[in-house]
Amino acid sequence: MVATKTITPEEEVWDALREVDDPEIPGLSVVDLGIIRSVRSGEDGIEVEYMPTFTGCPAIEAIREVIEERLRPLSERVSVRVTWEEAWTSDRISEKGRERLRMGGFAPPPREGLIELRRATKCPYCGSHDTQMENAFGPTLCRSIHYCNGCHQPFEGFKPL
Amino acid sequence: MHPSTHAYEHGTDQLLRPLLLSLADDDFMLGYRDSEWTGIAPMLEEDIAMSSVSQDEIGHARALYEISVEMGRRATSDEEYGGSPKTIAREVDALAYGREKTEYHSSWLAEHHRGDWAFTIARRYLYETADEVRLEALSGSACTPLANVLTKVRREERYHTMHLRTWLDRLAASPAARPRLLAALHSLWPDALGFWEELEGEDSLVASGAMPLSSEAMRERWLTRITAELEEHGISGPDAGLTPRTGGRRGERSPGFEEFWAEVTQVYRLHPGATW
Repeated sequence: MVATKTITPEEEVWDALREVDDPEIPGLSVVDLGIIRSVRSGEDGIEVEYMPTFTGCPAIEAIREVIEERLRPLSERVSVRVTWEEAWTSDRISEKGRERLRMGGFAPPPREGLIELRRATKCPYCGSHDTQMENAFGPTLCRSIHYCNGCHQPFEGFKPL
Repeated sequence: MHPSTHAYEHGTDQLLRPLLLSLADDDFMLGYRDSEWTGIAPMLEEDIAMSSVSQDEIGHARALYEISVEMGRRATSDEEYGGSPKTIAREVDALAYGREKTEYHSSWLAEHHRGDWAFTIARRYLYETADEVRLEALSGSACTPLANVLTKVRREERYHTMHLRTWLDRLAASPAARPRLLAALHSLWPDALGFWEELEGEDSLVASGAMPLSSEAMRERWLTRITAELEEHGISGPDAGLTPRTGGRRGERSPGFEEFWAEVTQVYRLHPGATW
């Protein structure tokens, strides 16, 4: 008789991941950001594949460690791997994730494959489209800087990628 | 990171090395050079833009160095491929900062000092357009881990090329900036052509599909593209008989590299093995 190991249900792993926030945007989980590519849980432990938003993101290792830390209580063997096999795109951000971005004062990225810098971004504060992009580059690689002529509020956008 | 299935087995890391390192070293050098604008760019927006673009380049270099490290591990170890993220990070640092100067494969175009703003824009224009052609071709590489990373990098690079083309338009149309831009382009053409110097072992790289196009084929594609683009600004491309300045891909470093390198590797040499 083979000793049966406790296998954490994969849904439980996903639930735990929903509690891990992106370090730059509190309230936005790694699941809603769409950077979790796969979760596998079996007798060998838990394996998670994580796809970074930007290749040059300085938080890649920090995020990997936070995810690993959160999953450690669930299994003796936890492996969180960065993968480039599939490219993260901003279309992977969930509806809830987009709402969280808006709540945090970030305009969610436009939903389209092609990056288009001249398109008016909707102000996350007042909803006006009378906005202008001040800079395609912002405080982090994934953000751009905008200004709303409606409510005179500067705001940041999450870049489409 | 586990590269998925790929055609490369034992020994192929040595073959791939000049390809991976030429890509990584270019991004690494240019990322460092242009990060020197942080705090002193002509305007605040550009300060942020140039810092962001430079951070991208360094990040791309890191991802490419990682592939090189992992290919090396595959080739030398019978154990299951892999290594802890910290071990890999240390090996990546050793590759980035710990090689002899002659062991780098960067182009001279990427190594030059940033110069004035017109020089920075001219160099970046030549570099980004060349990189665009290179990434386009190599994202179809038979080396799957490389193709995967470059597919991602290409999407990010669109921001760079858009940014650069905007600046080219502006400088070319400004009476004060145009002569500086033209002078910078003139001085850089030999290096831009030298960017496409044949890599070590290129015949095998092409034959194995690691390089879907030869350096020469990519250079022709790039030349056609930018000649047409520059023509719109009334700027002519390089003279037909111009000799490319080569050597970078084979270990020769550009003038001024010594001083630059001393600065880049200072911390690494003071505290070998330090993590930060």
